[in-house]
Amino acid sequence: MENVSTAGARLKGRALSSEKIISKSGNFSINGRGSSKNFVETLMKFIFFLCAMAAVAAVLSITLYMIISGTPALFQVGIFDMLFNTLWAPTAAEPSFGIAYMILTSVTGTALALVIGVPVGLFTAVFLSEVAHKRAAAVVKPAVELLAGIPSIVYGLMGVLIINPLMYKLEFFIFSGSETHKFTGGANMLAAILVLAVMILPTVINVSETSLRAVPEELRAASLALGATKTQTIFKTTIPAAKNGIITAVVLGVGRAIGEAMAIVLVSGNSVNMPLPFNSVRFLTTGIVSEMSYSSGLHRQALFTVGLVLFAFIMIVNIVINRIIKGGKGNE
Amino acid sequence: MNSVYGSKRRISDIVLLALIYLSAALAVAVLVGIVAYVFVRGVSSINLSFLTTVTSAIKGTSGILGNIVNTLYIIVITLIIAAPVGIGAAVYLTEYAKPGRLVSLIEFTTETLSGIPSIIYGLFGMVFFGTSLGLGFSILCGSLTLTLMVLPIIISTTQSALKTVPLSYRSGAMGIGATKWYMIRTIILPSAMPGIVTSVILSIGRIVGESAALLFTAGSAYFLPKSFFGHIFTSGGTLTIQMYLNMSKAKYTEAFGIAFILICIVLLINFLTKVVIRTGTRK
Repeated sequence: MENVSTAGARLKGRALSSEKIISKSGNFSINGRGSSKNFVETLMKFIFFLCAMAAVAAVLSITLYMIISGTPALFQVGIFDMLFNTLWAPTAAEPSFGIAYMILTSVTGTALALVIGVPVGLFTAVFLSEVAHKRAAAVVKPAVELLAGIPSIVYGLMGVLIINPLMYKLEFFIFSGSETHKFTGGANMLAAILVLAVMILPTVINVSETSLRAVPEELRAASLALGATKTQTIFKTTIPAAKNGIITAVVLGVGRAIGEAMAIVLVSGNSVNMPLPFNSVRFLTTGIVSEMSYSSGLHRQALFTVGLVLFAFIMIVNIVINRIIKGGKGNE
Repeated sequence: MNSVYGSKRRISDIVLLALIYLSAALAVAVLVGIVAYVFVRGVSSINLSFLTTVTSAIKGTSGILGNIVNTLYIIVITLIIAAPVGIGAAVYLTEYAKPGRLVSLIEFTTETLSGIPSIIYGLFGMVFFGTSLGLGFSILCGSLTLTLMVLPIIISTTQSALKTVPLSYRSGAMGIGATKWYMIRTIILPSAMPGIVTSVILSIGRIVGESAALLFTAGSAYFLPKSFFGHIFTSGGTLTIQMYLNMSKAKYTEAFGIAFILICIVLLINFLTKVVIRTGTRK
């Protein structure tokens, strides 16, 4: 490329003289018209540079604004009283802004969604890249792509009308004699986890599949030649070789699950509780969605703190992914 | 089977293989289940008045025309802003930038943008575009918020399309004395057109399905525009927002009607991307 551009520059220099002659006769060369040429080139380079900086500016300003709007409540209420207190009563006479249960719910909910979603996703990825015949893959692959495209609110509708009634039956079955259990009508933690597990599937499948396909064929051949069966090869050779990509897939799944709001806001029951499977719970995200519209003053600022906590989680996820990808490149 | 010992089958192999098939079947079953359920329950809500009227207590109609118009507004405005910027950024990254700190910073922030959840975009949009820039709840505010969201899609898809343009095209253009901008305008961008179109289609899909980022930025009004350009400064709820409102009021018939439309759009977008990629590779 270097050579090409220097050659180009030299040619441009030579072309200038002939260009003057052409421009006198009213035509123009592909070089554009002489004097304005350099100006246009520099201008376009600058414009493209500005476009590229848009992403940087966006991330910077989002970070800045999240910190500016999220910290006042944190200091007003007290860092400890907010992050480790479990009582969330923003509109009470003596308001309390403890978000510990919301944080705990988001963390455990995400973890459990991964426990269900990652094995299914990884196995589907293995199916697509290692096992499936072309025809089977031609059915599964588009299905996964479509799953990724379904809006989160539609997942929410499915949660409300399919999973919640099932949960209600299950709840009724398990707690029928209990007097201490608060019945939720099926809108509980477990329902939200199931919805999240489905929603992270496409992410986990796509990223793992790509990394499995990137494993060199020689490794598989060597493993098979040593007498390993096909399944042994998959689980002892191919998956370990694709480890970095699979970890990236899991971390991306974490990001997707912890940030999801609209799919679970109506599914999870939405009262601040200990994150137990059959409790009505509130996630960090659903807390923001359900209260922002009527909040004001310190309550509103506290919701921005919830957003800031969520943002902190997401930035950790992003930095981890960045490290893994860089580490992977270093190994190659 | 591939083992040199031949016939000996291990139980763990069979179990694992069964799990693999089961997982793949589950993924397909979930999709088919969702699509079938939405189609069966949604198709009965779709009729002419649902699609061509606005919900009104006086006229006794319940329709989503206002939301359809709002969604179109948001798609168009978002793309008008996001497509040039995203394509420009991709051009800078592939054609101008030399590998180094700046490029890895830009790439890191682009990845970060794609990882930020929509609810955070919603909060940011509400504070920055809504309050600081004074746009309030408006279609423009929602579009600007979504611009940030679709930027990573456009940048990364366009970038990979630009990378597939053969080096010989560039050398050829340079060799006959074309300047860099001329080369980009006449050779590189046209060759990468299928990729660019794909990125735009994917962005439309993302915009149509988005809800959390729009709830606090574009608002939830469902009225028809009073003036063509003035409408962008008024509040306007998209299909997804209206669906959320219907669901929280337990109006499931309307919600299924909208879900039906959304699923149709998702299927259409998926189909279009395939067609564009296929025509692109055939060339």
